[in-house]
Formats: sequence, C-alpha cells, structure tokens
Amino acid sequence: MTMIDTDISGVPARILQSPKHWRNRKHESHWRSGDEEFDAAKFGMWLFLSTEVLLFAGIFCGYAIFRMLYPEAWANGSHYLDWRMGAANTAVLLFSSWTAANAVRLAQLDKQFWLKINLIITIICALLFVFIKFKFEYMAKLPVGKAPGTFFSYPYAQDVHEPLWWSLYYVGTGIHAFHVIVGAILFGVVLWYAHRHQSYGPTQYTLVENSALYWHIVDLIWIFLFPLLYLIH
Amino acid sequence: MSTPDTHAGHHDEGSYLSGPPGMIARIWQWASTVDHKKIGVMYLFAVLFMFFLGGMSAIAVRYELLDPIRTQTTEIVNAAGDIETITVTTGEGLKELLGAVGLGDGLTGSQIYNRAFTLHGAIMVFMFIIPAIPAALGNFFLPIMLGAKDVAFPRLNLMSWYIYLFGCTFGVLSILLGGIDTGWTFYTPYSTTTDADHWRVVLMVMAAFILGFSSILTGLNFVVTVHKLRAPGMGWFDMPLMIWALYATSIIQVLATPVIGITLLLLVFERLFHIGIFDPALGGDPVLYQHFFWFYSHPVVYVMILPGMGIISEILAVHSRKHIFGYRAIAFSSLGIAGVSFLVWGHHIFTAMGELAAILFSGLTFLVAIPTAIKMFNWIATLYKSSIVINTPMMYALMFLFTFSIGGLTGLPLATLATDLHLHDSYYVVAHFHYVMMGGTVIAFMGGIHHWWPKMFGKMYSENGAMLGAAFVFVGFNLTFFTQFFLGTQGMPRRYANYVDEFQFLHQLSTYGSWILLVGFLIHLGVFIASLMAGEKAPANPWGGLTLEWECESPPIEHNFHHEPILKHGPYDFETVVPPHCDPKDYPLPENPGKH
Repeated sequence: MTMIDTDISGVPARILQSPKHWRNRKHESHWRSGDEEFDAAKFGMWLFLSTEVLLFAGIFCGYAIFRMLYPEAWANGSHYLDWRMGAANTAVLLFSSWTAANAVRLAQLDKQFWLKINLIITIICALLFVFIKFKFEYMAKLPVGKAPGTFFSYPYAQDVHEPLWWSLYYVGTGIHAFHVIVGAILFGVVLWYAHRHQSYGPTQYTLVENSALYWHIVDLIWIFLFPLLYLIH
Repeated sequence: MSTPDTHAGHHDEGSYLSGPPGMIARIWQWASTVDHKKIGVMYLFAVLFMFFLGGMSAIAVRYELLDPIRTQTTEIVNAAGDIETITVTTGEGLKELLGAVGLGDGLTGSQIYNRAFTLHGAIMVFMFIIPAIPAALGNFFLPIMLGAKDVAFPRLNLMSWYIYLFGCTFGVLSILLGGIDTGWTFYTPYSTTTDADHWRVVLMVMAAFILGFSSILTGLNFVVTVHKLRAPGMGWFDMPLMIWALYATSIIQVLATPVIGITLLLLVFERLFHIGIFDPALGGDPVLYQHFFWFYSHPVVYVMILPGMGIISEILAVHSRKHIFGYRAIAFSSLGIAGVSFLVWGHHIFTAMGELAAILFSGLTFLVAIPTAIKMFNWIATLYKSSIVINTPMMYALMFLFTFSIGGLTGLPLATLATDLHLHDSYYVVAHFHYVMMGGTVIAFMGGIHHWWPKMFGKMYSENGAMLGAAFVFVGFNLTFFTQFFLGTQGMPRRYANYVDEFQFLHQLSTYGSWILLVGFLIHLGVFIASLMAGEKAPANPWGGLTLEWECESPPIEHNFHHEPILKHGPYDFETVVPPHCDPKDYPLPENPGKH
C-alpha cells in the first residue's frame, strides 16, 4: 500500500476523530498487519469474481447450444435488438468502469472530494444503464409480445424457436442488470462511508478496491453479452 | 465501513464456551458471534439435526419396503346377504403409519414413498453431507490447525451460517407444506410440471440455491485462510493433511457451486415463467438440465468425501503413532481428485449421450480410481508396523478403510459402459452410493467427531459406550446396504415402492439393518449427551497428537492460543517429538528414529 503524507487541515474534527476515519481504522486482530488483511480481502474478491464468471458461464453455455441448434432464430432475434441502445449502454458501463478505477486511485491519494464525485458518477451510470435497459429495451419489447418462453406472442415471428431466444436474452441481461443494481448499492455504501467518515484513504481502501473489481467484472460480462446478443446478424 | 475488533476484550483467556451470565445474554453471544469455534459448533448441531431428519425419512423408506404392495379383490357375503366385491391393499406401511396420525389423505402408498425418498435425498445431500465436515469440523479446526486466531473473514463466516439456516428454513417449509416427489435431482420436465398449483417444489429448489451460497462463502473463506493465515514457519507441506483435504474441497465448492446456482435459477424461471430452456415443446432440452446439474453435482460428491479422507489421514496417523506414509502423495491426490472431479459428470447420464462421449466419460471416470487408490495404499502403509491404539476414532477409521474400499471398487463396474447398462438405475447404484457416502463420509465424520470431541467440548466420552455404538453402526450399515448389491444385480430398480416377491427376503434384511443402524446412532447420541452432562474433564492432548489443535487447551480459549504458535515440528513427527502437554514416559521416542 502507498504511504503518502496527507493534508488534514480543513477536515472537521468530528470526522478526524471518528473511529471510522481511515487514519483511525485498524486491521482486525486475527491479522498480523493491515497489508495482509488487504491482500486477503482482495484475494477473496477474486475468488468471488471467479464464481460470477462460472454463474454466467451457464448462460453463455445455454446460449451457445441453442444458437448452434437454431441459428435462424438467433439471427432473427438479434435483428429485433437495437444495437444503438446496446452501444449506448456499453459506453455508459465503460465510462463508469473508468470512474470506478479513478475512485480507487483517488482514495489512495486521499482526494476525498474527487473520490465522492467519481463514486457519484459511477452510481449515476449504473442507474442510467438500468434505466435504458428497462425503459427503451424491455418496455419497448414486452408489450408487443417479444417475451420469453410461453409469454411470447409476437405475431410476426419468423422462426418457431424465437421464444427461446427471448428467454436467454431476458435471463442473461436480467441477471446482469441485477448485478448492476447490486453494484450501485455497493458504491452507495462506499459513498456513504466516504462522505460521513472519510473512511477511505491511503492506508484503508479495501472496500473501494473490491467494489471497483466487482464493477469491472460486471462491465466485462456486458462486453461479452453485447456483441453476442446485438451484433450477430 | 466500520471494522470492530472481532476478538477484542472479554474472555481473552477463558474457554470459548464460557460466556456472560443470563440465558438471553448467552443466546445473543452465540447468535452474534464471529468466533469460528462457536460457528462450527452451531453448524455441528444443525447438521446433526438434519442428519436426524434425513435419517428418519430413510427409516421411513426402508419401512415401506418391508412388504411389497399387493392389491387383492375378493367377493364376500355381507350382512344383508348380498355378494360384495372388496379390494384389500396390503404392504402400504407408510400410508398406514401416516394415516394413524391423520396425515397423507388422498395420497397412495407409492406417492408417500416417493416423497419420503426425495426428502431423504434432498435433506441428506444439501443440508447434511455437503456442510457436515467442512462447515462443522472444518470451521472449528481449520484455523486452529493452521495456528490462526480465526478464519480470514469472520463476519462472512457468520453470514454463511445464517444463509445456511435460511436455506434450511425453505427446505423445512417445503416439507411442512407436504413435501415433494421429484427426487433430489429435480430432473426436468417432471420437476417443472408436477404439483403445479403449489410452491413446494420452488421452495425446495430455492433451498438448494440458497444453501449453495452458504457453501461458496465457506469455501472462499477457507481458501483465503489457508493461503494467508498459516502460522509462521508453516509452509504448504507442513500443513496437516486435513487442511489439504479441506483446501481441495473448498476449491470445488467455489468453482462448481455457481453452476448449480444458475441451473436452479433457470429451473425456477422455467417453473414460474415457462421460459422453455429445458422444455422440448419450446425447443429446449431437458438433457441440458442434466448436464448442468451433474456438472455441479458430480464434483460435489468429492466435496462430500474429500474432508472425510482428511479426517482419516489425521486419525490413522495419531492413533497409530506413526508418520503418515506418503504425505505428498496424499496431499496431491486430494488436488488430483478435485481436478478430475470436473471432468466426469457425464457418467451420470451415459444413456443420454452419444457413444463417443460416453466412452470418453467412462475413461475419465476410471481416472478417479487412481488418486483414491493412492490414498488407500498410503493409509494402509501407515498402519504397517505401527503402534495401533484401538479406540473409537481408530475403529471408525478402520471401518472407513473397509467400507470405503467396497464403495470405491463397486464404482468401477458402474464406470464400465457394458456393465453399467445392466446395473444403472438399480439398487446396485443405491448400494454403491451409500457405501461411498455413508460408508465413507458419515463413518469418517463419526470418527472425526470422536477424535475431536474432547477438544471441542473439553469432556471425555464413554469409550465403551461409543465402541458399542460403532459396532451397531458397522453391523447395521453393512446389513442395510450389502444386501442391496444383490438386489441390484438381480434387477431391483431403484426408487420403486413395489417389487416382486422374490426380492422380499433381501429387502427385509435391509430394513432390519436400518433399524440396527438407528440403534447405533441412538447409542452415540446417548454417549454424547452423557459426556456433555457428566463427562470427565478432557486433557489438552488426550491422544498425543502433534498438530496445532493439541497445543491449545481443551476446550480452546477464545483466541485459540495464548501466544501465536511458531511451528517447530511437522504434523506427523511422532518418532522425534514428544507430543505437547504429554508425559515423555507415556510417549517414549524410538532409539533409532526412522528404523523399525
């Protein structure tokens, strides 16, 4: 971890004396040092991310099998998706990944104001992603019958297996959107502690780092979902 | 983020079992604890309770199979002098039993039987045997054996315990609402269409889904703990073999469980929203479900057995006072089993795949026998010319060698395509599975509980009582399941409530065996209760063990160790080290260590 002399003038005494301020936080007693605790937390997060990859692997596997079985349905299905919406969401997520990475660096540098700004932008991007997804994609498709499985009632379908395409579309993007919402909540918690206690600084930024790691995997999964769903025709 | 000191303050030097006065305060102390020992003990009692529930449904299954179901129509002359045709059904033991307490209305005997074996499977697999050794004994002993104060993430550990409880609640709720009859594997399309008006199936599937999270978090916690919290001086090859086994287990838990997570989630979506991924009517594929399911559920078989193998390594070395033979071979064979476990799922569905795939999976399945046999030979070599002490843990370890060998060897005909065609879906599979899971894992678990009981609770148990219980378990177990090999080879299909008359003798033997087994476990229960209430105080190192848990007091203090332990000897150096807390007179060192 970087150790940097930081300027504490101008920080209210209430925050400086809070036990949750990053200067006052100590590692838990079963660790020999804060560094070891940090490494362990990060290692644990990487393991968790591997479980996320395997969770989505099930969806990608189902996608691959049914695309192989029903290429027509997949090509048609992809036509129904608006690549501009997908691209917009890709841009939103990529940008927010950048601000999340910024947040880690700014915590390391004890730039409390800019840390909060970057966290807020990340949260806004997450909400924007979910908004675009629901408002311009799900809500534009569901009412015309482009729905999963037996709910499918789109009258102009060209392939009998299109309901299956929509099932995988909704399950894949739905579970991904759920992860985006969880990410927004996670950054909300970080923002709260950063604002209330200045809990993150050069020696204490585990949660910022791990939230950002989580955010990158959510971003990465979308990077795979986007071309596989929107760009295959 | 607040980071309260997880081990601050009170009872620093007292036993972890001591607590504040007052019932409420004690309950709160346990409910909010982040101490791995308390969490382990809570898990222990929870999994034992689930073992009781699952065991009772097994007793119910065997009870139904005591007599075949027979329906006879006879004509009798009734009181009015007319001829009346009446139908008499015999052999529906469970229905009569449930009818006596006013349950089971509107269900046939076979339907009740289907529910009984599904509950037995679901409870035993998801709520008992997966968490049994890692979450109970592993939680308690993994950090201590590493010389750590706690697992890497104590609060995550507590969370995983509550997720386990939450998942079990879903499962029990499903049972209270009437239970399900899908079989514990939830095969589609039956599981997505049956019992459509009820939430019971969804509840049980959600239970398995939630329990998966608990399993992942425990595994993740253990992997990080093993990597980061080993005592100073403890390299990877200085770790006790129990730790190697738990480490391999945890890797499987972390990497396999997410796949069952998405599978069960898709199953719930399929059931609630009919998304069609597993529904052939919409172009979906039910066999895909089976692939997904076994991609998790085969590796998880090794989640069940590997920790048991770890326990056996510990027990055999300590109670025969000899350095374990082939330490590295046993350690790497655990990892080998973990690796191969991901490549063999197809052998559960040989008949649902092409010939080439079946041949490949058959070949890969044989690979499992190699690391397993490596372990077996090393254990036997450990016993050779050692000072074997016959006590309850050792008896269970020897039992394990016997029953698990039968379980392992009877797996080979199932991996062979030609013989599997005859044996699959028969009682032979049931017998093989139970020889591995019960003759392996449960026997090892019982051995582990007896081995570590004095350490966990600071009390000794009645050796004679425990030996008697072990004898009943051994006889009962073999009588119950060895007969089933014969039933299977003679053609008795699994999961049937009914059978032809020729099978009745073997079925009855098997049922009588299950009663002997029950008596054995009840004797153990009595011994444990007697030990807790009036057991003699346990010394810190009753067996002369060398791993770090024998350096702490019995029961351990809140922080496990008075001072951070520094490793000075290997876990099995019995020939050169006098065990901690032991009198050198009781444990004389050989004059020429290394030479027998």
